[in-house]
Order: sequence, then structure tokens, then C-alpha cells
Amino acid sequence: MRTDVPRRCAVTGIGLVTPVGTGLEKAWGNIVAGRGGVGPVTCFDASGLKTRIAAEVKDFDPLDYMDRKTDKRLATFIKYAVAASRMAVADAGLEITNDLAPLCACSMGCGLGGLKMMEDSHSVIMEGRADRISPFFIPMMIGNMSAGQVAIELGLTGPNYLCATACAAGTHAIGLGFELVRDHGMEAAVCGGTESVITPLAIAGFNAIKALSTRNDDPGRASRPFDRDRDGFVVGEGAGILVLEEWSRAKARGARIYAEILGYGASCDAFHITAPRDDGGGAALSMAAALRDASARGIRPSDIGYINAHGTSTDLNDQMETLAVKTVFGDLATGIPVSSTKSMTGHLLGAAGGVEAAFTALAIRDGILPPTVNLENPDPACDLDYVPNVARKKALRAAMSNSFGFGGTNGSVILGAPDAW
Amino acid sequence: MSDDIFERVKKVVVDQLTVEPSEVLPESSLQDDLQADSLDLVELMIGMEEEFDVKIDDEAAQSIKTVQDAVDFISRNAS
Repeated sequence: MRTDVPRRCAVTGIGLVTPVGTGLEKAWGNIVAGRGGVGPVTCFDASGLKTRIAAEVKDFDPLDYMDRKTDKRLATFIKYAVAASRMAVADAGLEITNDLAPLCACSMGCGLGGLKMMEDSHSVIMEGRADRISPFFIPMMIGNMSAGQVAIELGLTGPNYLCATACAAGTHAIGLGFELVRDHGMEAAVCGGTESVITPLAIAGFNAIKALSTRNDDPGRASRPFDRDRDGFVVGEGAGILVLEEWSRAKARGARIYAEILGYGASCDAFHITAPRDDGGGAALSMAAALRDASARGIRPSDIGYINAHGTSTDLNDQMETLAVKTVFGDLATGIPVSSTKSMTGHLLGAAGGVEAAFTALAIRDGILPPTVNLENPDPACDLDYVPNVARKKALRAAMSNSFGFGGTNGSVILGAPDAW
Repeated sequence: MSDDIFERVKKVVVDQLTVEPSEVLPESSLQDDLQADSLDLVELMIGMEEEFDVKIDDEAAQSIKTVQDAVDFISRNAS
């Protein structure tokens, strides 16, 4: 590892499994077109639940990414991670050689792990059949098996981690991957988030917190961040994975570079188990920390041309995030477009940060800001430019993506146009 | 009788180990030929216990190395 030149971090590959499509161009095309993926729950009978809508992945065939035996042994969130990671590494054109493998990290984010396996297995044990619990119960349930299985499939023998930081997990995993490449000598990192918990327990649990939209009769308009009539988030599922590479290595092999990761910050509200600080103080600390980190690369707040918001469509989040942006950016805030792609994907929980960092990189690549759809009547307390309903052209030199999770845990990552810095 | 047991064992093996029916021969080694790892073997024994309503304790499970071993065990122990 050379220490005389500051190490930099390139995004060279993207893989996506989302409710608006599997595969980078399909998912991004729908996001730019403002097409959402929320609909009635179809993967189980949700008739007994208060919320009966979700953003399900509809076009995913695991056998496109793994053999039948592997498919049988993995929980869905792990399959999404494997599929998106395979897509991302193929997209990067990265060959994991024997020499490179120990210098390839894998950091995944996942909030809840294999909840469906937990529910199914619990039913078995309640029937008095403890000896019928599958040997695959534990491996399917633990969240870090996403990172473990990706490493098995791709032969990544570097550090292997899971960030289990709820809805901030995907962003934290990318931040961790970034730091492993920039500061700890890793040559590459496969990182991002994955989640699949459209299950009775998860929906009932989020309903109990009153976090979910119950707009069951109008699913397409249920996820409406920053709108006056928002009534909670919509559970989504999927995975968003980036391949990060040390800059000079990516350049030397002629890799296509989507963006550079310029900075990362994290913080904690230290306030409440589920509610964010209503002044957005924790979120502001996270954004400020990312800006401080990026300042070493010459980034100033005025360089941030777009923010992909956490923007969950809950009453509390959208107001406090608006306040936090104002706290951090001051007079600049009203001039920075802020949009929530959760208006289309729903809230992918631990996968959200991975998917949204990918969308942020693609916004930089294409010079297009994805819209916040369903923004019909802005909440008076939400008075920023949310790119309402229609995508917008804007060349970007730098952009930020935010994620905030239960436990008051926050993360922000700053991406920049390649060769702009 | 034992042909019938073989066919039923074969079906459990095909389902649990995700192998092709043509690969499952009496002499097939579960681990070497059918690529079962330790977790697969536990799942396979659970599958056979359910199919044949027998109890396969750990010691018995250890002794079942091939498809024929499983057929023999079932023949001796199934009611």
C-alpha cells in the first residue's frame, strides 16, 4: 500500500434487484420515468393486517444467478445479495484473481435478516416438532450470511462484514467499504445492502409502531415523501450493490468509473429507540461529518448539487430531514434539489442505502435527478425543492445520499463525478 | 418391498439434495457422489424420518453413508 499519494475510491460496478426492476438499466429507467413498484401484497395472505400493500420484487429468478442446490439453501435476502453482487462485479468487469482476492472486502447492510425463516421455523417448534428444525434455519436467518455467501460465490477472501444498522445499514456498509479501500489498503470492496422482509411479522411489527402507510386502496400513491397527506412508509425489498475500487487501480485497468466516493459520515441521535430527533440534529451531524470528510478532497457544501433523501414518507422523518438539510446547508438549502426515490421503490430498509447510492451514482452519470413522485400537496413544514413528480436534467459534480435508522443511527455518503475532483 | 423403499428413499434424496434422479443409485455415496455436506445430511435424515415415520438417531445417521445404507436402515426399522 502506497502512503505517499492519498488513496481514492472509484465506483466501477452497480448491481440492482428492486421493486422497479432487476438490473441496473431497467430499474434506473423506471426511476427516471417516475414509475413505482408498490402494489397489493401477493407473497402471503395479508388480509388480517392493517397494511396490505408492499413493494415486492416481481421479476427475479434466482436460477439466473445460482444453481438449484444453492437456491434451496439460501434465504431470499441472501439470494438478492448474491444476484446484485454478481451483476455489480460483471458490470465492473472486475476479475477476482488469486492475488486480488484477499484485498477484496465485502460489507453488506441488512436490517432484519431471514425473518421468514424465523416465522416458518417457529411454527414448526410450536407444533412440538423441535427435531424438525432445518439445519439451514440459522444460516438462513443470520444477516451476515449475505456477505458470507457473496464471498463464497465470488471468492472474496478479504474482510467480510455485516452492518446490522436497521434502515441505515446499506449506507453504512458502503461507508465501511469506502474506508476499507481508502484507509485500510483494500484494493476493492463489494458493498451495499439487501433485505427481504415482506412477511406477516414484519408488517404487523411496523404497523404496531404506526410506521406504515395504510393506503391499501391506492397503493401507487401510498409512498408520498414530503407530501401533506403521507401516512407512513411502504415496505420494499431488494438489494443494491456497488463495486468500489482503489482509484489508480481502476484507472490502470481502464475501468468505466461511474463516480468517486468523496466522503462518508455517520452519527447517532442518542435520543429514542424509533423516533428521530425532531430537530433533525442527528441527521445533520451525519451530513456534516460526510462534508467534513469530503473537504479533504476540496468539496464544499456549495458543491453538493443533489441529495438523495432518506425520505421515508413518515410524518417524522420527512420533517426532520428537511430541518437537518437546512441546518447543514443554511442559505444554500433551498437551492439544492432533494428527492426521495422511496416514493417509487418503497422503503428497502437495510437495502435502501445500497440502492439509493446506486441511483445517486447514476444521477451523476446521466445528469438526471430522479423525481419524488406522489408529491401533490407539499407539507408546509417540507419546503425544499423535492424534484416533484418529474425527473430533471442537471449536471452534477457532487451529490449526497442519506440513510437514517431505528436506534437513531445515521449515515451519509458523498459521491462525485469522476475526474471532477 | 425394498424396491418400493428404494424408490421412496430416492425421491427424498432427489428433493433434499437437489440432484437428478439418474444420479441416485443404491451404491451412491451421499457425500462423495451426491455432494451432500453435513447440513444436507441433517436435512436428508429429517426428510426420511418424515417420509417413513421412523426415528434416525445420531448414531444411526452416522452409519448411513450410501443410498443402500438408508434403504437397509428403513427396511429394518420402519413399521
